[in-house]
This record gives sequence, C-alpha cells and structure tokens, in this order.
Amino acid sequence: MAQTTGERYRVAPVHRRGREWPFPLNLYQTAVGRKWVMALTGIGLIGFVLAHMVGNLHVYEGPARMHEYAESLRTIGGGLVPKATVLWLLRLGLLSMFVLHLHSAISLSRMSRASSENAGLVSGAKKYAGGREHLAATYASRTMRWTGPIIALFILYHLADLTWGWWLGDDFVAGDPYHNVYTSLSTLPVAILYIVANVALAWHIFHGAWSMFQSLGVNNPHYNHLRRSLATLLAGLILVGNLSFPILTQAGLVDEDNRTCPVGEVEGNDCLAEQAEGHGD
Amino acid sequence: MSGTHGETINVTLKVWRQAGPDAPGDFEVHRQAISPDASFLEMLDLLNEELNAAGKEPIAFESDCREGICGTCGVMVNGRAHGPQKATATCQLHMREFRDGDEIVVEPFRAAGFPVIRDLAVDRSPLDAIIESGGYISVNAGAASDANLTPVPRAAADQAFDAAACIGCGACVAACPNSAAQLFTSAKVGHLGLLPQGQAERWSRTEAMVETMEQFFGSCTNHGECTEACPKEISLDFIALMNRDYMKAKVRNRALTGQH
Repeated sequence: MAQTTGERYRVAPVHRRGREWPFPLNLYQTAVGRKWVMALTGIGLIGFVLAHMVGNLHVYEGPARMHEYAESLRTIGGGLVPKATVLWLLRLGLLSMFVLHLHSAISLSRMSRASSENAGLVSGAKKYAGGREHLAATYASRTMRWTGPIIALFILYHLADLTWGWWLGDDFVAGDPYHNVYTSLSTLPVAILYIVANVALAWHIFHGAWSMFQSLGVNNPHYNHLRRSLATLLAGLILVGNLSFPILTQAGLVDEDNRTCPVGEVEGNDCLAEQAEGHGD
Repeated sequence: MSGTHGETINVTLKVWRQAGPDAPGDFEVHRQAISPDASFLEMLDLLNEELNAAGKEPIAFESDCREGICGTCGVMVNGRAHGPQKATATCQLHMREFRDGDEIVVEPFRAAGFPVIRDLAVDRSPLDAIIESGGYISVNAGAASDANLTPVPRAAADQAFDAAACIGCGACVAACPNSAAQLFTSAKVGHLGLLPQGQAERWSRTEAMVETMEQFFGSCTNHGECTEACPKEISLDFIALMNRDYMKAKVRNRALTGQH
C-alpha cells in the first residue's frame, strides 16, 4: 500500500448508509449482518424443504396415508391450541424467512453491482476483456442469482397449483392431496416444470449450504472438510427425493387405479380417514 | 536487458489506455519481441522506452519493490489478477509464463472503489481508508523492545502471520465478481485480532473496519475467487473469522469489558 498522498479519501464512498436503526435492527443495515440473515433464513428454508420432501413421501403409501399426513399437519400442537394454529404460525414464519432471504439477496446483489460499476460490466456481471477465468467459483455459486428467481417463481406456481388449485379447476379436491398431486404431475409439461425447478433448487442449495458456514463464521479445521460434503449430501437428498415425485408419477407408480375411496368426498374425507385408521399403526 | 540465451518470444500486447479518471479508455495494440527471462514489468518498461523514443506517452502502471512484498503493482493479465502464475504478484511474473505468438490483454484492476487514475494505475486509497478506520497505535520508535516481552502462543503467532502476509495489493477486489474487499479486510482484522496486543480494541476495530469496507465495496458471496488471485494465498478462513468477530462486536456488551 504505497499510495499515501496528502489527500485523504480521494475516492468518494460508493455506498452511503443512512441513520443507524436501533439494535438489533442495525445488524440488518450492514452487508455482513445481511449475510447472517441470508444464512439463517437459508437454514430455516432448507429445513422446510427437507420436511416437505419427507412428508410428501407418504404419497407412495396411497391416498389414505397421504390424507392422514396432511391432516396431521393441521393438528400440530394437539388440543392445546385451536386446530391449524401452529400450522399457520409455521406458515407465517416460513413466509417471513422467505421474504428476508429474498430481500437480503436482492439488496446485496444491488450493492455488489454498484461496487462493480465502471468495471466492464457485461449484462450485470463484471467482465474483463482478457476473458474472465473463474478459478474457484463453482457454476452453482455463479448462478445463485438465476436459480433463486427460478425457485421463487416456481413456488408461486406450486402454491397456485396444489394449495389454491388454480389450474386444476374442478379437478382440484381440497383435502385429497393424493388426488391433486397425481392429477397435476401426471401431465407431462407440469412434471417437466417440477423437475427443472427442483434441479434449480438442489443447485441453489449446493452453494448455499456451503456458503452459509462462511457467512456465519462457522469455520473449524476439525470439520471444514465436511462442509462441502454436507452441502452435496443435502442437495443430493433433496434432488433425489423431490425428483422422485414427478418421475415416478410419470412412470405410473403413483396412480389412482387401486383407489377404494371415491375422489371428491371432501368434507372431512370420512372414507379416507376411516381407511387410514383401519390401516393401524 | 537482453535474454541470457539470446532467444526472444513475440507477443501481442493489448494494453488499456486511459488518459485520466473521466476520460474514455480503449485498448492499444503493441507487438513486442522479448526475452523469456524478462519480468512482466520489465517488458512494460522496455515498451515504455520505445514509446518515449517515439515521442509517445508511456503506459502508466504502478510498481515499487519488484520483489512481491509491497503490494504496489497489480494489473489484470488475460483476465486474471497478477497474471497466470499462482501466488505471484505481477512484478514476479516472468515472460517465460507465455509462449511465442501469445496475445496478452493487460487491464487495470476493476472496481467502483478503484477508479482508474491513468492507464493501468488505479486509486486504491479505499483500502487505506479501511486501515485508517482500524485506529492507530503509538509505538516508541527508539530501541527495539525485548523480543519476548509479550508472550504470543505459537498457534496465534502462526495464524496472525499468515494474515499479515497480505500486501494490500487489491487483487482480491479485482478478481471478485462482486468487487468485495472481504479478503483484504479480514486479513487485516485477523492479523491484529489474533495477537494479544490487539485484544483491547478487537471489537471496535473490527466493527469500524468492516463498516468502512462496506462504504466502498460489494458483498461477499463466498465464490473464493479472491484466494485464488491472492499473491499471498490468504485463506478464506479469515473471512469466516471476520464475519464472526463482526457479529460478536455488534452484540456483545463492550461497555462491561472496557471497550467502546
């Protein structure tokens, strides 16, 4: 650093921060703090994705079991609180994590972009005429800003598809998730969409689940070599689990041939509930 | 400065020329016959002599010690900070790394926090601003103090020394797709924060340096390009340490431990 001159700070700050918010909100005003938020919400979201995937494996046990699982989500908390209270709290938590994850990502990308202004930007990415060689950055790390929006758009589609039933129309039967999943995923374009989105999700997690350790400063020679393996394992599990639904439905493993309860008996779904009970533990 | 074996290689240089901070810049092409034993900067020196002789403006680039320890030099060579050789500053890069007929693109380090002064010289004073915000110490510049006056555990000394190897060249910022200065700042924060002498102001220093860094540079996304570009191979572990220390600095009760 041999650039000492009489003038101080010849370079004007690229980013200016406004008034400091009260603790702990001020943590979110800094980029390092925002990365903490991104990492922590990332952990929560990965937890959700895993639970969602494991829960959905019930689809391979048939309509009754699937219904029982869906019903069990509403009764988390037992008799302590009114039905579905805990489920709604979880949904609210999930939504907040999602919003924070998205906001931190977007604002930090903008910060980085502004920091690279006049730096030979080519379609938003810093580019050198000499040809930029990525030496360490993985394909996954460089495409976080693409896989992220793909996942976000997919989640909206997915909610409209299987929670609100927008596209299934009369085929959508509330309280019969097995039927809805089967009806949706047995359409080839929809199955392909689910496959593409889940590849993007696994890709995103492959970098994210490694990166979060660095962002949180969780770094220890005892286990550093395991961080990449854990990220790979998580991404792999989610990839295999989530891709199995569209692929096995297309392959005919999920179908309604052996269905004994008629589709459409929605209210309480007594037939499905009885079957689930009769199934025993 | 002729080659020891009398051999030369012919290279085509595409060099970034820019008359001033706000002037538009463009590439200028020069053909050079050069000994493979010449250093990269000597090759530029020779080219500048030719330009001088022809009455043209020489190429502005920075260098000082030319032995890889001052951090003054630094250009992008074929899209890589400090060129193709790993763990090497531009001044220690030699033309033997190139082959006859190669085209070599030479550009300044790019980042909004590093505005171009002229040609290949950029203003890296934001790095100085980060150092300044870390505070200062008063050291009696008289006789050297006893070597073992302050005992330093071996592990801390080793780790601090690894961090202190940072020469502040800015290659990490140049190589970073986000133009983040995390590797530089974390090396400086880590260097002082790991030593017993640096404990008293560990938290306020970390906080101030990180927040100054964030005024000029981008946000780290853990690509790891910085470590690859670093002539001193500073480890990404220091970034993790800084992220942790920063959060500790923000949440711990510093008043109780006598730190502002």
